[in-house]
Amino acid sequence: METQRATTTPAPAAGGRIRVLVAKPGMDRHDRGAKVIARAYRDAGMEVIYTGLHQSPAQIARAALEEDVDVVALSILSGAHNTLIPRVCEALREVGLDDVVVLVGGVIPAEDVPRLLEAGVARVFGPGSSTEEIVAFTRAAVARRRGETA
Amino acid sequence: MTRPSDPEQLAAGVLAGDRRALARAITWVENRHPGAGDLLRRIYPQTGRAHVVGLTGAPGVGKSTLAAALARHLRQQGERVGLVAVDPSSPFTGGALLGDRIRFSHGPVDDGVFFRSLASRGQVGGLSRAAGDVIHLLDAAGMDTVLVETVGAGQSEVEIMRYAHTVVVVLAPGLGDEVQAAKAGILEVGDILVVNKADQPGADRTVRELRQMLDLGAPRDPGWKPPVLETVAGSGQGVDELAGAIRRHRQHLAGTAAGAQRHRWQAEEALRQQVLARLWERLQGSRRWDELAEAVARRALSPGEAAERLLADLGDPGAEEPAAGRRSPVA
Repeated sequence: METQRATTTPAPAAGGRIRVLVAKPGMDRHDRGAKVIARAYRDAGMEVIYTGLHQSPAQIARAALEEDVDVVALSILSGAHNTLIPRVCEALREVGLDDVVVLVGGVIPAEDVPRLLEAGVARVFGPGSSTEEIVAFTRAAVARRRGETA
Repeated sequence: MTRPSDPEQLAAGVLAGDRRALARAITWVENRHPGAGDLLRRIYPQTGRAHVVGLTGAPGVGKSTLAAALARHLRQQGERVGLVAVDPSSPFTGGALLGDRIRFSHGPVDDGVFFRSLASRGQVGGLSRAAGDVIHLLDAAGMDTVLVETVGAGQSEVEIMRYAHTVVVVLAPGLGDEVQAAKAGILEVGDILVVNKADQPGADRTVRELRQMLDLGAPRDPGWKPPVLETVAGSGQGVDELAGAIRRHRQHLAGTAAGAQRHRWQAEEALRQQVLARLWERLQGSRRWDELAEAVARRALSPGEAAERLLADLGDPGAEEPAAGRRSPVA
């Protein structure tokens, strides 16, 4: 019963379609970046859960758990990334999601990046990043994650 | 932390109400993981306790907002609530943008609610192929009510009938005239009709037209006349009445032959779907498939004749059962 043939779309990877939570922590109201990346992921054949604005770290972790996502993509433009992003990573670990790929997009000064990577972020994408680059990185990171935890 | 990776562990986690196990089990069912059949076999005897409520209706009438408001209300009453929201997959890339959580983003951060977004993954009819099994999982995990929100539906997306005990059809003022309403098959599946956005002009007229329409037709269940309710999901107005109507319908089903008939019909539908899916997979994989399809294309055989031959070639393969750990489920 597991074999599925003749679908009109490419067969999903061994672990099924990649699921991504696109979330906006904090108080800023600029969700254009989040919408652009959500659309790019969708067009790349992924299932994207978009949470809307003003999500607390606990809400993001809860959504990531319930939706069983591979990736949490955080868009942040408020300048509060140094406090908010580590708190999201911590909330994810608290609910047992220490193997989810966390990505950050937004205006992040270069000197802040190492601290975010240390907190558990896999990669930080600045304003110049192309959606192709983000999608390719995401695919590779998920493949590694699935290979390690399957 | 390790994730449960065998069906027995995962089933035990679901039955214990473990949220991570539940989330992973849903993924297994969606992806048709090799262990999914075994998992479902293990949890199925523990299902049948949750009341399953379907919310369906055209895009933009406020289904998501109403589902969120209803979930909040039921949670306040102390119920455990599962929410399943289905959005369409792209027919081109298979990707999907699942946005129903937005309406729920101010919901309670509370273990008594479990929300899962599903992509339709090519299934027509307003639901995903996995929806029935996802409902079973939420039921087995101890949800008192499971709310299922369909893809924005038109006139033929009535799949929800196969799974929901109570179907709520959501409408909004000014969406189509009286004739349109009378034609719409979707209205006939409604056990409860809701005119949402009732604070907008034209709501009274829509309610009146719906009531008139209901008076004209013979109801699906002679003992239950679908109520027509007004809600403003954004402010919570009318949600208490909707919850009350759902409760009354549940009691009605519990106490009548119509309720028993509905359960029996849904069981038969579930069985029929499983039979068809398995049959289809075997036929499609058989050697004769290409040959006969080619013959139909050449007009050498009619599709009906070719189908007869395919089925005849199946012969009598006997019972097909997964080999591992067979155990008859408790009835």
